[in-house]
Amino acid sequence: MFPAKFDYVRADSAADVGRLLAEHDDAKLLAGGHSLIPILKLRLAAPATLIDIGRIPELKGVSVEGGALRIGALTTHAELASSDDIRRQAPALAEAAAQIGDPAVRNRGTIGGNVAHADPASDLPAVLTALGATFHMTGPDGSRAVPAESFFEGMMMTALQDNELLTAVEVPCQAEGQASAYSKLPHPASRYAVIGAAVRLTVAEGRCTEARVVLGGLTPIPTRALAVEQALTGKPLDDRTLQAASAATADGLGDDLLGDIYASAEYRKAVAHVYVRRALAAAAGRLA
Amino acid sequence: MTTRMFGSAIRRREDPRLITGSALYTDDMTLPGMLHAAMLRSPYAHARIRSIDASAALEAEGVVAVYTSADAEGELNPVPCAWLLPNSGLVVADYPSLAKDTVRYVGDIVAVVVAETRYQAYDALDLIDVDYDPLPAVTSPEQAAQPDAPQLHENVPGNQAFHWTLTGGDVEAAFANADVVLHEHIVQQRLIPNAMETRATLAHYIQASGELTVWNTTQNPHILRFVSSAVTGVPEDRLRVIAPEVGGGFGSKIAAYPADFITMLCSKKLGRPVKWAETRSENYQATTHGRDHVQEVELAATKDGKITGLRAKVWSGMGAYLSLAAPGIPTILHGLMLSGVYDIPAIQEDVYGIHTNTTPVEAYRGAGRPEATFMLECLVDRLAKELGLDPAEVRRRNFIPAFDNGHPVVTGLTYDSGNYQGALDKLLDKAGYQDLRRQQAEARENGRYLGLGLATYVEICGLGPSQVAGAIGFQGGLWESAIVRFHPSGKVHVFIGASPHGQGEETTFAQIISSELGVSPDDVKVVHGDTDNTPMGWGTYGSRTTAVGGAALAVTARKIRDKAKIIAAHLLEAAVEDMDYEDGKFFVKGSPDQAKTIQEVALMANVAWNMPAGVEAGLEASTFYDPPNFVYPFGAHLAVVEVDPETGQVDLQRYVCVDDCGPQINPMIVEGQVHGGVVQGVGQALWEGAVYDEDGQLLTGAMLDYAIPRADRLPNIEVHSTVTPSPHHPLGVKGIGEAGTIASTVAVYNAVMDAVAPLGVQRIAMPFTPERVWRAIQDAKEA
Amino acid sequence: MKVQLTINGRRFDREVEPRQLLVHFLRDLGGLTGTKVGCDTSQCGACTVLLDGVAVKSCTCLTVQADGCQVTTVEGLSRDGKLHPLQEAFWNKHGLQCGYCTPGMILASHELLRTNPDPSEPEIRHALEGNMCRCTGYQNIVRSVKEAAKTMAGGSQ
Repeated sequence: MFPAKFDYVRADSAADVGRLLAEHDDAKLLAGGHSLIPILKLRLAAPATLIDIGRIPELKGVSVEGGALRIGALTTHAELASSDDIRRQAPALAEAAAQIGDPAVRNRGTIGGNVAHADPASDLPAVLTALGATFHMTGPDGSRAVPAESFFEGMMMTALQDNELLTAVEVPCQAEGQASAYSKLPHPASRYAVIGAAVRLTVAEGRCTEARVVLGGLTPIPTRALAVEQALTGKPLDDRTLQAASAATADGLGDDLLGDIYASAEYRKAVAHVYVRRALAAAAGRLA
Repeated sequence: MTTRMFGSAIRRREDPRLITGSALYTDDMTLPGMLHAAMLRSPYAHARIRSIDASAALEAEGVVAVYTSADAEGELNPVPCAWLLPNSGLVVADYPSLAKDTVRYVGDIVAVVVAETRYQAYDALDLIDVDYDPLPAVTSPEQAAQPDAPQLHENVPGNQAFHWTLTGGDVEAAFANADVVLHEHIVQQRLIPNAMETRATLAHYIQASGELTVWNTTQNPHILRFVSSAVTGVPEDRLRVIAPEVGGGFGSKIAAYPADFITMLCSKKLGRPVKWAETRSENYQATTHGRDHVQEVELAATKDGKITGLRAKVWSGMGAYLSLAAPGIPTILHGLMLSGVYDIPAIQEDVYGIHTNTTPVEAYRGAGRPEATFMLECLVDRLAKELGLDPAEVRRRNFIPAFDNGHPVVTGLTYDSGNYQGALDKLLDKAGYQDLRRQQAEARENGRYLGLGLATYVEICGLGPSQVAGAIGFQGGLWESAIVRFHPSGKVHVFIGASPHGQGEETTFAQIISSELGVSPDDVKVVHGDTDNTPMGWGTYGSRTTAVGGAALAVTARKIRDKAKIIAAHLLEAAVEDMDYEDGKFFVKGSPDQAKTIQEVALMANVAWNMPAGVEAGLEASTFYDPPNFVYPFGAHLAVVEVDPETGQVDLQRYVCVDDCGPQINPMIVEGQVHGGVVQGVGQALWEGAVYDEDGQLLTGAMLDYAIPRADRLPNIEVHSTVTPSPHHPLGVKGIGEAGTIASTVAVYNAVMDAVAPLGVQRIAMPFTPERVWRAIQDAKEA
Repeated sequence: MKVQLTINGRRFDREVEPRQLLVHFLRDLGGLTGTKVGCDTSQCGACTVLLDGVAVKSCTCLTVQADGCQVTTVEGLSRDGKLHPLQEAFWNKHGLQCGYCTPGMILASHELLRTNPDPSEPEIRHALEGNMCRCTGYQNIVRSVKEAAKTMAGGSQ
């Protein structure tokens, strides 16, 4: 397929992006292009201008600052999957990134592009929500930070405004007694998540003090499984607890569930607990 | 060192160009002044066209022309159907290349844009304004056969393109006297072939001479020339079709397509080369699909497990129009194979060819035979369960005993040779079947659901005797041809009418020459795919290239040998009767030193300074080989799966197969064909299926939605073989291209059904998505 | 827009439309038709090339994004007429039939061996999940990659 015509400008800095966004109507930001270019090829979108942010140095790199990972928006999925810092401090993120698409896709697709696109079948939104990530963005009115739970607003809708640039994703470092994991049912063709379950468990003195359990793939935005979290909190993380807690997965999912010809909403709702249990077991295993 | 390379796993001669990126496929071709065509396809499955306004497109940058059906009037004849099944009431509906007043599937071509670049051609598609009046659509063949269904063609009442019947033996009596009658409702879902190279055409018409050269992604260039001449009116002597490198076909590149003829028309009108290459989405919409059967089938048996009768009704989806060979697939290639590897005394089948508002259906790897094998093999497994017998035992009780020179079955065919029990025995041994059954029993006790699935099959291939082709309505012959030409240096050119596209005959045919004539395969160049320099032939499909073309080549080589012997005798001043031949050398009996090599003979034949009286110069021969019968490869396959009852996920853990294609020319290539064939059939069982919505929109419209097998979800295929030569083939060989696909779908199906049997599940529709398996388990729990 | 790419060591200065996909630059302007297009949606991997040494799908990359970069295509793998060990291994192990997926498959395998010189069979299968082949059932491709890994490690083991 062949994209329709557009103008192209390259931004050299975050400030440059702001200027270019102000100058160009109907512009879209281009990072790795792995969400945007397929849409352009299918002519589902035809922006007048693409602003290429792919070479801006300040949007790159992963660092640990003040107890948090700071992940530049241009960090690729391959970098997420292989970064020692991320594997150590946010294992579920590395684990999920390694399951996105395929190696060539992971070499180009970026965390910023992925979350800005906010495809409900994408892996990262659920994981970043479970890990309590914060999204940093700059716009004409300066910089702001939005927690993951407010960032994803609806199917393919985020708090990011058209005139803003997502600069970095901040993920708290894994604390003592914490572990995270991600489990997924991939679509056999697209590899997107039909169901994705991301969890972060915190344990003190043999009992779970905090559980964050977030589902993706089957809901328009990442959805916390509060009943599961409650059922875990205060308990020792043995098999019985995990089994019983994950059984509550469907309770808090609501009615706005996604389904398609491959897997109906009903099916996803009915089996989501299995993926939650697997993610919990993996995280609990990392704590043992 | 011997030069007899028959049976050696030598590396392929076609590979160097393919692994370096130097091979040229149709879309890799560029000619000076070349234009690009893009097809405007109907977004509706069924609609009247009120009007088409192309004025804005014509004004667009780079656009040279826009054509619609009016421009094709008098220039393009309808797209023909070439399999006119007799005694079936077959009606061929008008199949225009450019839709006239009605579109009948999403993908029907309404207009073509020709522009300087491909990007410009696609830009202009968006500017053509078509006013459609949507009509009700129907996509299931079973529903389309109902009296109140939307009608596609005025002259095809009830959407029924044909009704073919087969009767052998006394079916009524078989069912009346049966101890056991089993019934199955089977949906052989529609599949998208997915050759990795999509289809493309480059047409170059020279107005001054009236000559048309066409590069096309075809499996059968000679048929394409024949048909293109009929459609475009360009005489065959001025029409050259070239199949350059072709990136897989699997049946989808047999048909001659509307877009091909439209591209030819564009070049003819504009006098410039025009290239069209479809996108993958376009390929999904408009390149032929496969399968699409709804089957109602009943099996009659005794309480001892002996099958006494089979009765079936099949609604076979044809899509919106009859594609080139479509009517023959669910009938000749399917119905006639319903006895399978068993002696079934009574068989009856009704096949209804039904039009629906969908992409036309054609051959797809296996073509009819997987659908027949599936029917039988799933019922044989059901019978085993019903009678509490092991599936291997039920098969043993019904197999045709081993035979090596002809066995008639009740459908009217005579199989050439077979040893079905031999193949199954070897399979059970290689797979460790009894151990697997023990493992299965243990697993069940631990709440794990392992399943074993057997499939035994025989297939008809090597199409086929031309007289039979005529009798079954095929509008062509089914012989193959070969020319073998020795050059003065002893190097050899082989020209064949078949057109391999990945199967490796440039290598295996060189091996045939090497074993017949004692030259190194490296000294043999196999030329194919160009109608101007190869003899007429019917193409590469139906596992026929080696089975028929290979026979043509062997016969030709033997003619060469006979002539070479006469020349050698003359050179050695010996009598021809006193000459012997071995491994490229002609020598006087008992005096191996008095010898001439084939190369020496080739030199003399070409310079012709000293030829025997009455013998022509040159060392060249040709053959048009019409086989006396089809060939019937067979085998036995086993799939081992585990089903996760919680999610419905199926994990294919092992796959073991024994195939018998007769003597193997190149075992490495045979093994590769089996791997690929098995995986394609596994794809049907586990992942693949074209899905339309009620309005006829293809929901699996891109590779994003339609799942073909990927590397990470497959086990290694364990390949074994037995060797039962065909009695009538000069080399004894059969065919192997489709065997894997024919057996593997039902092997996996049977394995999954075996896995979930303890849960009370009776049947699940393919493909086995987790949801379908999970739902079947839930339903069984509730029941 | 003016771009400059170095493809297989050869510099190309060209004027392109911003919308042009890298695969079309390679095929139509570079004359390098070894790189194939097999789908619209970044699934099939037939268009895989190395961009600054890293495997990417050239159908999902704009030429302008590759401006100033080094590109390696299948045509650039063999040196001085000598096949790359991966090419040699695909030939030896019958890792191809119709050959259409092969250039992408070889470059995806190249990427794997760059990051993991001694991959296990499951690792190979996982690494090739973004490259589709309809002919081989992948088994001989896996064998080919194994053999190449061995050769590239200097034939040790």
